Amino acid sequence: MFSNFDFDVIRRSLGYLFFDGMTFTLTLTGLAGLGGVIFGTLIALMRLSGFRSLGGIAGLYVDLMRSLPLVLVIFWFYFLVPYIGQWLTGSSRPMHVGAFTSSLVTFILFEAAYFSEIMRAGIQSISKGQPAAAQALGLTYSQTMRYVVLPQAFRNMLPVLLTQVIVLFQDTSLVYVLSIPDFLGAASKVAQRDGRLVEMYLFAALVYFVISCAASFGVRRLQTRIAFVH
Amino acid sequence: MKHLPMIGVALAAALYASQANAEELTGTLKNIKETGAITLGFRDSSIPFSYLDDSQKPIGFAMDICYKIVDAVKKDLKLDKLEVKLNPVTSSTRIPLLANGTIDLECGSTTNNADRQKQIAFTNTHFLTASRFVSKKANKLDKIDDLKGKSVVSTSGTTNIKQLTEANAARNLGITIIPAKDHAEAFLMVETDRAVAFVMDDILLASLVAGSKEPGAYVISSDAFSKPEPYGIMLRKDDPAFKKVVDGATAALYTSGEGVKLYEKWFMQKIPPKGLNLNAPISPELKQEFAKPSDSPDPDSYKAM
Amino acid sequence: MNYHWNWGIFWEPAPNGTGTYLDMLLSGLVLTIETALFAWIIALVSGAVVGVMRTLPSKAAARAGFAWVEFFRNMPLLVQLFLWFFVLPELLPQAWGLWLKQIPNAPFYTAAIGIGLFMSARVAEQTRAGINALPRGQKMAATALGLTTAQTYAYVLLPMAFRIIMPPLTSEFLNTIKNTSVAITIGLIELTGEARSMQEFSFQVFEAFTAATLLYLLINVVVVIAMRFLERALAVPGYISGK
Repeated sequence: MFSNFDFDVIRRSLGYLFFDGMTFTLTLTGLAGLGGVIFGTLIALMRLSGFRSLGGIAGLYVDLMRSLPLVLVIFWFYFLVPYIGQWLTGSSRPMHVGAFTSSLVTFILFEAAYFSEIMRAGIQSISKGQPAAAQALGLTYSQTMRYVVLPQAFRNMLPVLLTQVIVLFQDTSLVYVLSIPDFLGAASKVAQRDGRLVEMYLFAALVYFVISCAASFGVRRLQTRIAFVH
Repeated sequence: MKHLPMIGVALAAALYASQANAEELTGTLKNIKETGAITLGFRDSSIPFSYLDDSQKPIGFAMDICYKIVDAVKKDLKLDKLEVKLNPVTSSTRIPLLANGTIDLECGSTTNNADRQKQIAFTNTHFLTASRFVSKKANKLDKIDDLKGKSVVSTSGTTNIKQLTEANAARNLGITIIPAKDHAEAFLMVETDRAVAFVMDDILLASLVAGSKEPGAYVISSDAFSKPEPYGIMLRKDDPAFKKVVDGATAALYTSGEGVKLYEKWFMQKIPPKGLNLNAPISPELKQEFAKPSDSPDPDSYKAM
Repeated sequence: MNYHWNWGIFWEPAPNGTGTYLDMLLSGLVLTIETALFAWIIALVSGAVVGVMRTLPSKAAARAGFAWVEFFRNMPLLVQLFLWFFVLPELLPQAWGLWLKQIPNAPFYTAAIGIGLFMSARVAEQTRAGINALPRGQKMAATALGLTTAQTYAYVLLPMAFRIIMPPLTSEFLNTIKNTSVAITIGLIELTGEARSMQEFSFQVFEAFTAATLLYLLINVVVVIAMRFLERALAVPGYISGK
């Protein structure tokens, strides 16, 4: 069954796969994760702020992003981002935006909706005594958030946030639909050029599996280490 | 001393001329001058027009033409340095990416037709080709009607898939049309028997067959979906200044005889990465087009004299 | 912004002869729903079985369940679809592989099974959580009454567990619907795929994607309302969310 498979093709393309493909995937995951958490926390704060309009806008944004398939959002932003850039910078023609930047914007905005729900749960899980005590000490709203509530919320939700980052890592493979060269895209290019579908896709599956498994194992260890009883 | 008025007039004329020039830069030329960069869109498997070689660098007939255009733009804008950025495109992303500013020129194998000219512009034609299909010899498929009831693949966003769709509806063939992301994927579907035929421009089919593991196993149909249609390099619409520079560059390239030399480099000699020779001599229609370059979308206007 | 808007594009005939562009999008919508339902049935059945296996006293069953969940959770859905669609036919004996490749509508079946198995891991986790959320007394009382393990699960544990996990299952169903869009990579032209085709034929990028967005939002609203009715209809009075 495996007689006419050429696994050497994997060895020959390892450099391209990892230096070009995997760096793209990991960089996108890292930056989108960071941006997503920051933007998501902002949205969560908007929803919990008590201002009807702010909460409404934030809620609509989250509902919209969570109702749409990521593939559709990727298409939207790939074609839309240059026009947004044009509008933002007031230039006379659409801004030149590369594939990486457009993917980054897409993933930050999309994942922010999911991160905001996690952070919202985290913030709401902090006992009311904390912000009350902060207020009693004379801290302003932003100081309360910065020094009391958010650090605790973040620490409590860290495992869930990291699990979402692992999901994000897997989701980055969807940039394939635009022929953007992430790890899966790189594997596909080699597969199609050399006609070696089986070898490359099995290898790609293995790599994703190993990385995700190791990461979720890491998160589980982290969970036991930082868990503490109230 | 008596030359002073002359110098004064010359200076004034020079100043006026440079002022006028500076005011005239609009659209793409303005952007290129301001950013010092031009972005070319390339394909990854449109052999030999625009494809990736072994080190994943885009090369090809259309790429060489584009580089000549870049030289002309550089000269026209009087720039010392012009950075050339490369952006991969597929058949289905090339037009939106051109329209939204991600690329300035699309260097590939794009068919010039009236429908597309509503959205973007083309420069002088660099090739003529008809739509055919490739299949495995063993399946004995030659006419379009032979495809009745079968699975046929074509690349999304191309005129070929549109022609296949229309022929399917008009002739009631009941074909299952499978869209592929690019030519390499589509050809692979025929190779692995997932589809019995791949509909595409015959020159691209010939290149894919020649580069495949078993060229002798495939045959290109004699039936065509269309008359030979022109390929053109794409640029944005409503940008007459840029179009003038690009048209000028391509016309100069073709009429000077360098166009024919470039053609022979890619179609009559060994090309990377596998060193195969397509051996496709220049057709009389294309020779005619090089002598008198035109950007017309009408296939009938390219008949040989 | 040099983009030519044309909202009337939906009423213009599509080149594939089946009617207008709107008809193209609606046929994609139907395919999305069909694929999602087929995948969801597979996910529910296999997910419930695996979830139960993870809570069984037998170590072997628990480990098998764990392996199943980890396998399907740690690979992106796209990679899994590629494995089913491109790799499996090549690994099978020549004749079977060829048969698999020539099935009409192969993308539909592959997508439904691939997405179904991917989601089954998540359903399994929800089922496990649901069963574990029940008070321990339930299982003990069942044993005291003389019910076998199978009967305990069938008559005591599972009915309540499913009612508990209905809200998360609703969002998993919505995820299944969203995941059908990934199948455009293996040739399933569902709603997102039809929007893309419409964009390619008519060059009206934003109109096409706006329509697809609105249709997805519509599906969401319908599913959420339907599930709410279902929840109310099946609720056990006096228990958790029951009235």
